[in-house]
Amino acid sequence: MSAPRGSIRQKLVTAMMLTSTTVVILTGAALIIYDTISSRQSLTRRLTTQAEILAANSTAALAFENTDDARQLLSGLKSDPSAVMAALYDRRGQLFALYPADAPASMAPAAPGKVGSRFESQTLVIIEPVEEDGRMLGTLYLKSDLRALTVRRRVFALVVLLAAAGSVAVAFVLANWLQSGIAGPVRLLANAAEQVAQGRDYSVRAKVASDDELGLLSNAFNGMLGEIQQRDAALRASEASLRQLNSDLERRVQARTAELQVSNRELEAFSYSVSHDLRAPLRHVDGFADLLTRHAGPSLDDKSRRYLATISDSAKSMGVLIDDLLSFSRMGRSEMQHAHVSLREMVAEVRQGMSSDLTGREIVWEIGDLPDVVGDAAMLRAALTNLLSNAVKYTRGRSPARISIGVREENDEIVLYVRDNGAGFDMAYQDKLFGVFQRLHSAEEFEGTGIGLANVRRIVQRHGGRVWAEGKVGEGAAFFIALPRAGSAQAQHEEAA
Amino acid sequence: MKDLKRVLLAEDNAKDVELTLAALDEYRLANDVVVVRDGAEAWDYLSRAGQYAGRPPGSPAVVLLDLKMPKVDGLEVLRRMKADATLRTVPVVMLTSSREEKDLIESYRLGANAYVVKPVAFDDFMRSVKSLGLFWAVLNEPPPGTVRRAA
Repeated sequence: MSAPRGSIRQKLVTAMMLTSTTVVILTGAALIIYDTISSRQSLTRRLTTQAEILAANSTAALAFENTDDARQLLSGLKSDPSAVMAALYDRRGQLFALYPADAPASMAPAAPGKVGSRFESQTLVIIEPVEEDGRMLGTLYLKSDLRALTVRRRVFALVVLLAAAGSVAVAFVLANWLQSGIAGPVRLLANAAEQVAQGRDYSVRAKVASDDELGLLSNAFNGMLGEIQQRDAALRASEASLRQLNSDLERRVQARTAELQVSNRELEAFSYSVSHDLRAPLRHVDGFADLLTRHAGPSLDDKSRRYLATISDSAKSMGVLIDDLLSFSRMGRSEMQHAHVSLREMVAEVRQGMSSDLTGREIVWEIGDLPDVVGDAAMLRAALTNLLSNAVKYTRGRSPARISIGVREENDEIVLYVRDNGAGFDMAYQDKLFGVFQRLHSAEEFEGTGIGLANVRRIVQRHGGRVWAEGKVGEGAAFFIALPRAGSAQAQHEEAA
Repeated sequence: MKDLKRVLLAEDNAKDVELTLAALDEYRLANDVVVVRDGAEAWDYLSRAGQYAGRPPGSPAVVLLDLKMPKVDGLEVLRRMKADATLRTVPVVMLTSSREEKDLIESYRLGANAYVVKPVAFDDFMRSVKSLGLFWAVLNEPPPGTVRRAA
């Protein structure tokens, strides 16, 4: 991994270098300033000493006004190349002698000026009184250039510069070496984090290179990774077991479906043979009883004829039972064909179909607003036919009979009811109402096999709905069919697919 | 049994044959019926093969076919008839105990002219067979080449 721009390593080195370079520059500058001041002071002291010696030596020349001696004395300055000029004034302030001897008199200032030392442009001037026993004899004027000072300053500056450069170089090396103690562990941590992020490999661990805060951070990071690795493993394991469960479930569903298909086929074969083979002997019983009646009828007594009639009736009622049972079984097996069904039209059709049962009856129909539902039209018609014909049958003897049909729309279901003022039933038996071949009335009272409401329940259940009834003996009954709305939506979806 | 009759009744159940003939006798049609006991025999009669090889040519005015028969079933006989150039036009009534929808659909798909479920109640059965006989063997004008009722 290449170091990113502005990496922590660069930042650390930059910070350390900035600090150390600033320190070196400031230190160097301070040294140079200090050295300049102190070298000026020492130069002044040296020249002052030289001037004092010269002044002391020139007392005799001034006292005896011997110019040659004075010149001779001043020419001793030749040995000092930085001595630019020297002048000796008498006690009246008149120029007495000049160095160098060949210089024009105008070079020396007209008056020696105030005693002491002073720096003039690139020169140092010393003015020293010449005295003997407290008697003022004259003044010495000594002028020196600053050559020595300049040379020394240059050398010193070079040394400081070299020392600074060396310090900076050493600081750079040190900074680079020291930063690795901080940036190194950070880099290791960053590398580990990136490896985890890219490879989703939670087994990676950052190397703990130190026991400082970075070490703590690395340890915390590793701990976190360990936790993640554990959870990841647990997640993978549970995913795998879920997949296993799923495929097991799928296999089991397939196996069950296959079993169901087999048993469905068996059931179909069974009901086919029931339909075909069970009806034939019944037909023969009834047929031959009838033929016997025709053949021997006139010679038979009433009792024998009644026996024959009973044989015929029993055969016929068993035929009806078989037909009902088959239709009940078909209702449970046949494939559903979902479509929009108008309950209003369907009720009208069913009433039309029952017209033969309605002759001679006085029935007041109260039919409410009936909506459209989604369902299997043939099945729903069978259910409605059952409920309406029950209502008509059990109101026999009522004049007028009242039958009301309506719909109560509730949140997630449509509830259709058929209410009558007929024979009613005891609520204690309401569980039995919808059972196969369960009857609450004798065949003499109300005919029927007891399959109708079982069919209604099976049809409604196949639509995902429910059925129930309310009633009171002698006052009437109400039957309810609740069809789910959600089922309707699903049915619509299947229809569209 | 080698004669040419107007009605061919293919029915394996002897009691059903007896009841059917009793019903047809109401219109004095019983003597106009030739009875075969399985699909193979029915096909022999129709195609003048086997024991019926020597029967006079011509086709019955109507064939009453029981659906469920030994050897060759009614649907197979129907299939063969509809594949045969001469027999294709002979009216076929399927007579069966079965109310199964798939039998009904298959029969019509193969070209049956009618499908009658034998009722359990004998008087209903009588009525059905009598009206079948009356319609197909007496009232219906059969295609050319079939046996006609002697005037």
